[in-house]
Amino acid sequence: MRETATPLAAWGATAAVLAGALWMLIDVLWRGAPGLSMGFLLEAPRDAGRAGGVAPILLSTIWILAVALAAALPLGLATAIWLSESTLQRPRLQRAVRLSLDMLAGVPSIVFGLFGNAVFAVALGMGLSILSGGLTLACMALPIIIRTAEEGLRALPPELRLQAAALGLRRSRIVLGLLLPAALPALLAGTLLGIGRALAETAALIFTSGYVDRAPQSWLDSGRALSVHIYDLSMNVPGGEHNAYTAALVLMALIVAINAATQAAARHWRRALSWQDPAAGDR
Amino acid sequence: MFRWNSDRALAAVTGLAARLAAVIVLLIIGFVILQSVPALQELGPVRFFTDDGWYPTGEVAARGYNLAPMVVATVLCAVGALLLAAPLGLLVAVWLTEYAPAALGRPVEALVGLMAGVPSVVYGLWGLVTLVPLIAAWQPPGASLLSGILVLFLMVLPTVILATVAALRAVTPEWRMAAAALGMGPTGALWRVVVPAARGGIRGALVLALARAIGETMAVLMVTGNVVRMPDSLFDPVRTLTANIALELAYAVDLHRSALFVGGLLLAALVAALVLAAERPREARRHA
Amino acid sequence: MRSSIFPTDLHMNGHSRLLRIQRASGALRVLRGLFAPMLLAPVIACGPAPAPPAADALQGRLGLTGSSTVAPLAAEIAKRFEAQHPEVRIDVQTGGSSRGIADARSGIADIGLVSRALVGTEQSDLQAHPIARDGIAMIVHASNPVPQLNADQVRALYRGQWRNWQQAGGPDLEVSVVNKAQGRSTLDLFLEHFGLQSREIRPAVVIGDNEQGIKTVAGNAGAIGYVSVGSAEYAAASGVPIRLLALDAIQASVDSVRQQRYPLARPLNLVTRGTPGGLAAAFIAYAQSPAVHDLVRGLYFVPLE
Repeated sequence: MRETATPLAAWGATAAVLAGALWMLIDVLWRGAPGLSMGFLLEAPRDAGRAGGVAPILLSTIWILAVALAAALPLGLATAIWLSESTLQRPRLQRAVRLSLDMLAGVPSIVFGLFGNAVFAVALGMGLSILSGGLTLACMALPIIIRTAEEGLRALPPELRLQAAALGLRRSRIVLGLLLPAALPALLAGTLLGIGRALAETAALIFTSGYVDRAPQSWLDSGRALSVHIYDLSMNVPGGEHNAYTAALVLMALIVAINAATQAAARHWRRALSWQDPAAGDR
Repeated sequence: MFRWNSDRALAAVTGLAARLAAVIVLLIIGFVILQSVPALQELGPVRFFTDDGWYPTGEVAARGYNLAPMVVATVLCAVGALLLAAPLGLLVAVWLTEYAPAALGRPVEALVGLMAGVPSVVYGLWGLVTLVPLIAAWQPPGASLLSGILVLFLMVLPTVILATVAALRAVTPEWRMAAAALGMGPTGALWRVVVPAARGGIRGALVLALARAIGETMAVLMVTGNVVRMPDSLFDPVRTLTANIALELAYAVDLHRSALFVGGLLLAALVAALVLAAERPREARRHA
Repeated sequence: MRSSIFPTDLHMNGHSRLLRIQRASGALRVLRGLFAPMLLAPVIACGPAPAPPAADALQGRLGLTGSSTVAPLAAEIAKRFEAQHPEVRIDVQTGGSSRGIADARSGIADIGLVSRALVGTEQSDLQAHPIARDGIAMIVHASNPVPQLNADQVRALYRGQWRNWQQAGGPDLEVSVVNKAQGRSTLDLFLEHFGLQSREIRPAVVIGDNEQGIKTVAGNAGAIGYVSVGSAEYAAASGVPIRLLALDAIQASVDSVRQQRYPLARPLNLVTRGTPGGLAAAFIAYAQSPAVHDLVRGLYFVPLE
């Protein structure tokens, strides 16, 4: 009895979940695809977004991501080096840093929005701007970037360090000249994961980068991210669903592309490792 | 004199970065508390649970700041979604690790991975355009606790599946062999040995999913109707703590704004309590 | 100075640069469009830009925030104003009249958008500059045959005493009451006009912007809501399935608002902290001039004579 019930339930559950997932994906594809064209990507929105495209919104999105990466990457990379290099850290402090990064990863995105609004937009006087939004997203993406980069650095075979140290190289040379390049695919994967997270974010951006659907001219301009555009079209614009779906399709295509690139980077990373050390390849 | 030393410079720079990264979360909590203080001082913490409703604007004497219905809505939405996602997620994970033919398992796992990456605003869009009208045709107005639960369920399900699959795969084959040696069939081994052995990982998956559901804003905001009220049924509209902030921060001033930060604080506390509660038994086991 | 570093064609405002992107066929042009602003950014971000030699031309940036009723009109006026003054950029964001008041007070916005008259302490530190008149219309789904409501019926519906449209002489359909969120001037005017209290209302959906209200009613056959007359007539005219109801036997329409017959009317204001100067004053004068009356009418509001 039980021997057949479990596989039956597992197959049934999978079929149901598959049906639900496909329903949603096909729905988005079905409703979004007719509006998709080169023009949609290269035109400005007209009539509150019912007509036209998303060019200035893509531009704002890229700007916000660029600000987020410019802030999060150096900070994240340096922190990952500090966490992974045993002589740089003190154990108590290291545990504290790790704990606070775990907590940061658990903060709900709307709370990041509250923080970004109160600190960047109001207290620091940046207003609703690309800069406020980008810095808020940088805080959000930081734990992901740090964790992946740290894992990448730690996964490098210890011989690499030992041999380099035996050659009398300085630690800084070993880290910057040898370990970082060796872990590059992992760092790339972490960066891409961070971008994916930032790209999908809406709640933290509404009150930091704002709603203006025109091309930003400086990073103190407000700029509407793609996810915020989807939200606005679907909630606030009667007749905006078509373009909301098309914008959703564009956003999902971007995220799929980034996921594929992440996986490619991760594969490359594993292959590179297994070349250096066969045992590490099976991780 | 200070002698330039690249090792020392590296240590200083990375150490500074690490401290800065660690301080961010404190800054966030600190700022949210700081912004909550005016409301907490002026109104006292009790009024956020005893006032006769959420009326943060208008005549001062007639204002109300009760967050309790939103706390309840937040918990109901998240727990409801998890109650659906946990058993279904476990079964799909079991299918993926035990029964899936290779030709079918890989694409399904890829699809689940894809669903995990779909932005929440797209889940919300789908819920708003497809799900809510379906519910409305049955039990108007459609935007309700139920639609919130269903959208959240779809959203956290991939997280539950992927993390549970990882936990099940981490169980070493020796356990299965031992179970077989004791005369257990594959199903018996699965439920009595493999799943219990993966318990820690599965619990982690559920905590992660619950935290995500509690913290979710857009998908819920778009489908729940956003009426501040204690729901009497699954078909009543509700407003979650996250939606409240997203809806009102744009124009809230003074005490109203501060009260929204109190909501944010409550939200952060809810998630922190959850993570700590889940962390504790794991820590205990690790030290045992 | 900048032109020595960057090609002159990059010194354009957002609109014309977008046009370039639209027309550009080669990827290079798009890329240049993408990166030019980033290169310019530090220049613009470093404090106030030096005034160009042509001092008579208006230039600079204005931020407008507030009422979702006024925002579309302000955006249209801003577009035309920008076209006449290429060195000016005007950003319009919505969030409700309360935000317009708050942002004008705090200086976050140069001009607040407020879809009602100023009241109480607002009159002491803020100045209102009316640009149009509007009303608040009760709206239902286009398929709902109920022709009109009187004040008592509206109260019965919003207090939840009537839960089926049959009680208002309509079809057998459950009523879904759509209410405005707290802090919206439309809500305040609605409550005041009907003598209702926030606490009495039993809504099925709470909405923010006008457009969200229209969208919600258009998607639910049993819904009733109230939004700006202008926004509602504009939406109905462009094919959104909603209908404006007569209130106390007077049809909600631009005409009845213009003739000052419709009972639930209000001014649409630009609001500044103290007397505006410079660019803000020029924009306000333009927004109040007959030169924009066609825009006001185009959005189904009533121009001020």
